[in-house]
Amino acid sequence: MSDQALLRATGVRKSFGSIEVLKGIDLTVRQGQVVSLIGASGSGKTTFLRCVNLLEEHDSGEILLDGDPIGYRVEGGKRRRLSEARVSAQRARIGMVFQQFNLFPHLTAEENVMLGLTKVLGRTRAEARDIAGQWLARVGLEARREHYPYQLSGGQQQRVAIARAVAMEPRLLLFDEVTSALDPELVAEVLGVMQQLAESGMTMLVVSHEMLFVRDVSHHVVFMDGGRVAQAGTPDQVFHHPESERLRSFLGRFHGMFGNAL
Amino acid sequence: MLDFSMTPGAFGFEAWQSRWSILSGVGVTMASSGLTIVFATILGILFGVALTYGWWWLRLVIRLYVDVMRGIPVLVLILFTYYGLALFGINVPAFWAGVIALSGFATAHIAETLRGAVQSVPQGQMEAGKAIGLRFAQRLRYVILPQAVRRMLPPWVNTCLEIVKGTTLLSVIGVVELLLASQQIMARNYLIVDFYLLATVLYLVINFTIAQIGGVLERRFSYLRY
Repeated sequence: MSDQALLRATGVRKSFGSIEVLKGIDLTVRQGQVVSLIGASGSGKTTFLRCVNLLEEHDSGEILLDGDPIGYRVEGGKRRRLSEARVSAQRARIGMVFQQFNLFPHLTAEENVMLGLTKVLGRTRAEARDIAGQWLARVGLEARREHYPYQLSGGQQQRVAIARAVAMEPRLLLFDEVTSALDPELVAEVLGVMQQLAESGMTMLVVSHEMLFVRDVSHHVVFMDGGRVAQAGTPDQVFHHPESERLRSFLGRFHGMFGNAL
Repeated sequence: MLDFSMTPGAFGFEAWQSRWSILSGVGVTMASSGLTIVFATILGILFGVALTYGWWWLRLVIRLYVDVMRGIPVLVLILFTYYGLALFGINVPAFWAGVIALSGFATAHIAETLRGAVQSVPQGQMEAGKAIGLRFAQRLRYVILPQAVRRMLPPWVNTCLEIVKGTTLLSVIGVVELLLASQQIMARNYLIVDFYLLATVLYLVINFTIAQIGGVLERRFSYLRY
């Protein structure tokens, strides 16, 4: 690949009924980069993330992962939807962590991590248990392997969810407001794990309202407004040289919260 | 009232004399209930899944089936299966006609129960299954159904109890299950109240056992919380 773009989105549009949520998104994520999407609620950040993982189908434009279009193939100039098996194979290359954790409540922490390893990647149970143990240790939950989700705090559940996603060795990891449902004192432990992942070279696309985290960890920040990319650049450009009034007022809300830290 | 003495004409003596008839009646009741529960549970889960995720025409067909089955009295269903099928040259033994009719009825109930249970599993569970690359059948088997079946347990136990009680209707087409066996004994010795009482107690024992098993299963799955 010439430009090493792991994920390249061009002109992505998506409507729900008559409401156009994404009005042509262009975005590139390179190998090893952390790219953050910020913006007010309703600006389309989460919808875009869900399109990348095919939880929503985009209407037009294209999303390429490693050069392959996501969700369809082009045949004689026409878009043909991929089969369910091909779609699942593409999803397996992209990990996702959700705002509501979405751990499987009938499985232990370890079994949550193992499920994809055995059923999707075809590992043996013994291998899967080893890998799950390693990742649970990486997120600091070695002692909680046998616990069911309801026995874990929100922060612990979210760390298991991160272990579940990253154990699949995805090419790209998506984070959808993963700290928004957590009690304030539990946010740090989850952000800490994400920072470690970023430092280990994992390619990440992050939707977050944690501005300090976004500023310190991202290589590239994208400000979305009304279904469009309003400004994109380095954290310094976006946070310290906002070009639009919308971005200034958006950041202003956080200045109130963090003093002059931003 | 109940005379447990072992003199002819007393309940104790007559019950002992007819012990094999009664046991055979209990056996037929348990066999027809058991088979119906197994068939209805398997079919009900399949129909329930189709009712939730099927193509529109499949959903339509099964919705129609469920509504028709729920709208017909079980007795009519049993009589129709036994006599109606004979009209088409299909001669089914009374026992199997009864099991088929009861299964058809209970399948509709379980299908509807499962649909509700599946729809009560949070949407995020399906999405989390997608996100790790599970295919639809795998998401169903490893993620959705284990949770849905747990939620379905209490109403499923209810349906099982109804099935056991429903087998009494098989007496109408001549299946000698517990009720008809008891009635045949009464016809010989006229101890009507005594033997209805005995049958009642035996039905209670069977259903109490099922309810207990249901309770054990619910505790077994009690880790499933959100």
